[in-house]
Amino acid sequence: MIVLIKKTNIDFIKKRLVFFSISAVLIGAGAVSIAVKGVNLGLDFTGGTMLQLQFAKPVATGEVRAALTKSGIETTIQSLDRNAYQLKVKGAQEKVNEISNKIMSALNANMPDNKFTEEKRDYVGPVVGRDLAKKALFAFILSFFGIIVYVAFRFATPVWGAAGVLALVHDVFLTVGALSITNREIDLVIVAALLTIAGYSINDTIVIFDRMRENMRIFPKMPLGQLANASINETLSRTLITNLTVLVVVAILFFFGGEVINDFAFAMLVGSIFGTYSTIAIATPLVYQWERTGHRR
Amino acid sequence: MDKLHWKIGFTLGLLIISFWLLYPGIEWYTKTPDERGKMEAMRMRPKHILNLGLDLKGGTHMLLELDVEKLDKKEKLGDAMARAIEIIRNRIDQYGVGETPISRQGERWISVDLPGISDTAEAENLIGKTALLEFRLVSDSKEVQPVLSRVDALSGPPFQKDGSLLPEIAKLMPKGTGLFKAAPGPEGERARYYVLENTVPLTGASLENARVETDQQFGTPTIGFTLNKEGGKIFEDFTGANVNRLLAIVLDGVVHSAPVIKNRIPGGSGIIEGPYSMEEARNLAIILRAGALPAPVTIIEKRVVGPGLGEDSIKKGLSAAGIGFMLVVAFMLVYYRAGGFVADIALALNFVFLAACMSYFGATLTLPGIAGIILSLAMAIDANVLILERMREEYSLSKPVAMIIPTAYNKAWSAILDSNVTTWIAAIFLFQFGSGPVKGFAVTLTIGLMIGMFTSVFVTRVIYEFWLTSNPKELSI
Repeated sequence: MIVLIKKTNIDFIKKRLVFFSISAVLIGAGAVSIAVKGVNLGLDFTGGTMLQLQFAKPVATGEVRAALTKSGIETTIQSLDRNAYQLKVKGAQEKVNEISNKIMSALNANMPDNKFTEEKRDYVGPVVGRDLAKKALFAFILSFFGIIVYVAFRFATPVWGAAGVLALVHDVFLTVGALSITNREIDLVIVAALLTIAGYSINDTIVIFDRMRENMRIFPKMPLGQLANASINETLSRTLITNLTVLVVVAILFFFGGEVINDFAFAMLVGSIFGTYSTIAIATPLVYQWERTGHRR
Repeated sequence: MDKLHWKIGFTLGLLIISFWLLYPGIEWYTKTPDERGKMEAMRMRPKHILNLGLDLKGGTHMLLELDVEKLDKKEKLGDAMARAIEIIRNRIDQYGVGETPISRQGERWISVDLPGISDTAEAENLIGKTALLEFRLVSDSKEVQPVLSRVDALSGPPFQKDGSLLPEIAKLMPKGTGLFKAAPGPEGERARYYVLENTVPLTGASLENARVETDQQFGTPTIGFTLNKEGGKIFEDFTGANVNRLLAIVLDGVVHSAPVIKNRIPGGSGIIEGPYSMEEARNLAIILRAGALPAPVTIIEKRVVGPGLGEDSIKKGLSAAGIGFMLVVAFMLVYYRAGGFVADIALALNFVFLAACMSYFGATLTLPGIAGIILSLAMAIDANVLILERMREEYSLSKPVAMIIPTAYNKAWSAILDSNVTTWIAAIFLFQFGSGPVKGFAVTLTIGLMIGMFTSVFVTRVIYEFWLTSNPKELSI
């Protein structure tokens, strides 16, 4: 039998304040970035137009920008490999093809000898953007609420559910912070990634809670700290194996999956790392902290 | 042992059904694109197959909004939406696109997918056209001439930016009339205008059919139309009462022609003449035939993926997912040996069941959908790991093999159930996104989670129980 992790006996609960401090620092870093740089909301939520064009002859970002500025058009320009560019104009636009046509005629006029093909075009009207943002927010709130209710029902205490959700909010927030730091956009696909991270994080937490529930039945007299430690250690091998397999798949998607899913894979990669960490270092210690403070009173 | 036989039979039965469900899809996708195109045109595309999303094969997605404020007050929103969808479907069908999923979304939105089409200018024109056909009398009031000469004297158009008349013109207008622009004539000619009466005796709603005809004298294309019974009657009475007056044929607020009513027109048919090219006449006939939309629609969302990009992304995404999958399979084999082998079988079955299930529902596979599949597989692997780790724990207590397996399953079950349900709760709220990439993710994740629970708990256990019948003493995990 190959064993990745031998039986461990790490006192996670004792180190909880260290973990809480690490998380506080990370959350602080994310919060600062979100406050200073803001969250880069994608077209899906702001509305606007995105054109992805591939040019026949090599062209530099500066030339594309110059060609557009000459016709008085301002866009954000993102260079992709294989001589393709993403041009974006965010904001409320009432007419569907207006901006795209302007951009294309500007490029045709100012770079007449460099033909381009349209690879991708997104237009999101202002109503749709607002609607999608609303739906995304609802999806988060409702799923968090659903998870708390389910966990409270299965574990007969809302404290555990709340701790699980806190850990999950921690992961989602840190992932959003990482997206903000790396200037990545939050669009619909990223929302799906964030919800998956939420689902996966709570899944991990629940495995440990499940073991705690089981151990409580077997050793009803055991103090909570010892019980929590035993449960985390007993499931540590599973936690790491499962998360490593996920991490490997997501890492491969991130490095080799191509540009279309790159942001998605990035969010998943960062999120699953935070998810593993918070399961062990945040969710269970939080339950302990909570119960202990409660008993002292 | 009878119970075990049933379980084995059940699993094998599901496998056979799955292959049977997968067969039409495999048959379809092994055809040449030409053959598929022909069959699509004949509406013989099989219903229960896995579809590729627009992001994978290229195409256009559009979201249209019905301008509810311009809706006839008497018409219910639901009816109007249903009619609008029918009309749009009709128009696109006539335009000759293959499979085009069109559906209502939310209150007053219509989602239109045009697979394989990335140049949509013509389709957009067809969809967006209000094609509000009206027959109106040209006003014969004496006040008309001063209005028209005043308009001619203007240096610009007589309308303000918001579409209303310039105040100086508005005050000259005869009562109960409106100013309408004429369809553009020959190049360089000044725009012409008509003063029409506000009453609309007949609209395109009474139109039954419209087709392109060729004028017998000059060979120019014209559009012949037929009205329904009721409309024909109104038309007959109306033309009878207004002989020698001019009847304007107004399409979308533009006067296309204003022939003289020479006599009463019975039988409910007529001809629209205009300076049309054959192409324009054909499009106009389609628009008329498809009927008028209950209210104008505007495009509020449009996403186009060129064909090349789809190919590129599917290749990269799939190969990356394939590599990741192979690595996980190999890891399970090395780390858990026989136990890993069983888990890998369950994983393979997971794939087959998932593909069969999605084919049956005619689901659409998108790139985020593939991500959803990968995640559901990750959850299935997690369930296997949970079980195998429990087995190892029981194994280290030196329990007999026959006891290890049921105990491990019983103990792992609650964790597997709870973790799957919580993930499922997160996934289910994504369904509200209606269509597009996120929906694809939610569909595959939700179906994948259920199938994953089945294969990793039920199927693997059947395999272990079958193996237990040989009364083994050793467990290789």
